[in-house]
Amino acid sequence: MDWGFIFERVMTAAIGPEVIVFALAAIGLNVQFGYAGLLNFGQVGFMAAGAYGVGMAVYWLNISFWWGIGLGLVYATVLAMLLGVPTLRLRADYLAIVTIASSETIRLFVRWRGNSGRTGASEGIGEFARPFYDLNPFDNAARYQFGPFNFLGRDLWVVLVGWILVAIALLLVWQWMRSPWGRALKAIREDEDAARALGKNSYVYKLQALLIGGLIASVAGMLQVIQKAAVQPDTFNPVITFMIWTILILGGPGRVWSPVVGSMIYWSLIVFLENVLRQLPPGTRSTLESTIKLSDFNISQFRFILVGLGLILLARYRPQGIFGSREEMALDDR
Amino acid sequence: MTDEAFTPGLTAGGGGAAALRATEYDNPVAGVFDDVEQVPGAAKPDPILVADGVVKTFGGLTAVDVAHLEIQRGAITALIGPNGAGKTTFFNLLTGFDRPDRGSVSLEGEDISRVAPHRLARRGMVRTFQLTKALSRMTVVDNMKLGATGQRGESIWRSLLGPLWSAQESEVGERAEELLDRFNMSHMADEFAGTLSGGQRKLIEMARALMTDPKLVMLDEPMAGVNPALTQSLLGHVKGLRAEGRSVIFVEHDMDVVRDISDWVVVMAEGQIIAEGTPDSIGKNQAVVDAYLGQHHDQDLSVESPAGGSSDEVGESDG
Repeated sequence: MDWGFIFERVMTAAIGPEVIVFALAAIGLNVQFGYAGLLNFGQVGFMAAGAYGVGMAVYWLNISFWWGIGLGLVYATVLAMLLGVPTLRLRADYLAIVTIASSETIRLFVRWRGNSGRTGASEGIGEFARPFYDLNPFDNAARYQFGPFNFLGRDLWVVLVGWILVAIALLLVWQWMRSPWGRALKAIREDEDAARALGKNSYVYKLQALLIGGLIASVAGMLQVIQKAAVQPDTFNPVITFMIWTILILGGPGRVWSPVVGSMIYWSLIVFLENVLRQLPPGTRSTLESTIKLSDFNISQFRFILVGLGLILLARYRPQGIFGSREEMALDDR
Repeated sequence: MTDEAFTPGLTAGGGGAAALRATEYDNPVAGVFDDVEQVPGAAKPDPILVADGVVKTFGGLTAVDVAHLEIQRGAITALIGPNGAGKTTFFNLLTGFDRPDRGSVSLEGEDISRVAPHRLARRGMVRTFQLTKALSRMTVVDNMKLGATGQRGESIWRSLLGPLWSAQESEVGERAEELLDRFNMSHMADEFAGTLSGGQRKLIEMARALMTDPKLVMLDEPMAGVNPALTQSLLGHVKGLRAEGRSVIFVEHDMDVVRDISDWVVVMAEGQIIAEGTPDSIGKNQAVVDAYLGQHHDQDLSVESPAGGSSDEVGESDG
């Protein structure tokens, strides 16, 4: 087994585009759930809103890619309002219901054949991200190696821009949550009626949190499709939402850094398992093939099974996540 | 952490806290009720809150049906009544947490029956809850700071620019510390509110409510589940509110507490106000005794009760 190679792969993955996309989406969810207590089970819908904003601007409206970024933000804003305005006056579970339904509705709507002129239906949209890569200071096709990190020039550009976006998002969240605005948001998470009795308009705060979280997720969606250079409806399936939740819980909700660290650990683990499984000695490999039918084709499913097992152990032994405090978490039960 | 820690604080605490002994307060409204008629709906010399024809039904059940009620400014008014009398529902109607089907509520002459709760807090009317709402995963001092109204840093945009709100934030912090000191909670300032005992939660909730600088404080069972020593401390704090010129309405079950601190008592039963009066007179009121003990507690069980008999009728038959 080539441990040097595996190390390089894991390190590269730990700061790669996937980590950035999921970190951003989880930062958004952290604002919504970690600080405001909103149960958003449709975060992938906001990612799709951003992704289809840039895609449809180029493909359908024939306007510039850069306007598409604005369109994506507009889509995410409209989605947040559609979801939040009718439900945030109600109990928390109603938002959960409409968000989980909406993200599937969005996916089915954009892949509907009648929309092929606008969204590319199930084919999706390609050839829209060129203006982004035209700005790349690195050579798009060259490989760059520094330390254990190894990136293609185009991915290096995505990674650079991506980490700048993550830094901005973290800075915003940090400043918000240390301000009186963040304090009111946390109070609403703890007890909405208490906050209202003290003069806080909880409805507006919750709507703001849903919107901020949704906008950050839409940027994640944009970055994802720019990196893939394709908008594909089926990449926005509900599993993505639950991966984002996993990452947030792994890091510990309500802490500024947890989405980033959660995302790094999650994806490092996935890449590590994949590489180890692929490089198992032939003897072990054939045993696994005969006993649990592990083959080259289902290794990627199998690694998720192992990750799931890991998460069960995490939930058992460290339910507060990496940054959370167990004492603080226990306060909820009193 | 136990409640006992507060008892010595009451008498031996330093500075302003020591002045808070329950017996040391003057009553600024003493004598105000001398000329008030002791009947339901009686007019008060200077009402801060007036409820008129307030009705709330849940399905077929009329939970609240208050013809008229005036609450005197600057006084401590107790709202009592047997379980299920509609006290908490009435409280919710007064504070905007629930809307009446009919009728109006006015605060200092302005109709507030359609005003959202958060706006009422900004107008100087604040409430606490029967089931104490400490914000568990926030520190005690953050619980306090939350209470301040009109904070510039609570706007989503201004919050991003620290200099716009940092000065106000330190003022709020100072006020929070003063209040924590007055309630003998300073030593808990940086603890999570979730670690407080039940009694301490009652204290923090009252202190937090004061951060809004209210004219009218509405306390829903402030003494429920609190040990006797802390009850004395809480009573002292409630009298302190009156001494500062604030008006207080509180829901309570314990008649000793009611007699000790209230200037005026309003009795509810089956959603209606059946009696009003001074604490001394209210215990002798026949309608009140009937409401608490049952209208026919002195009659043989075999006697058929008159259908829908109101307390008035019973009053007649008994008198």
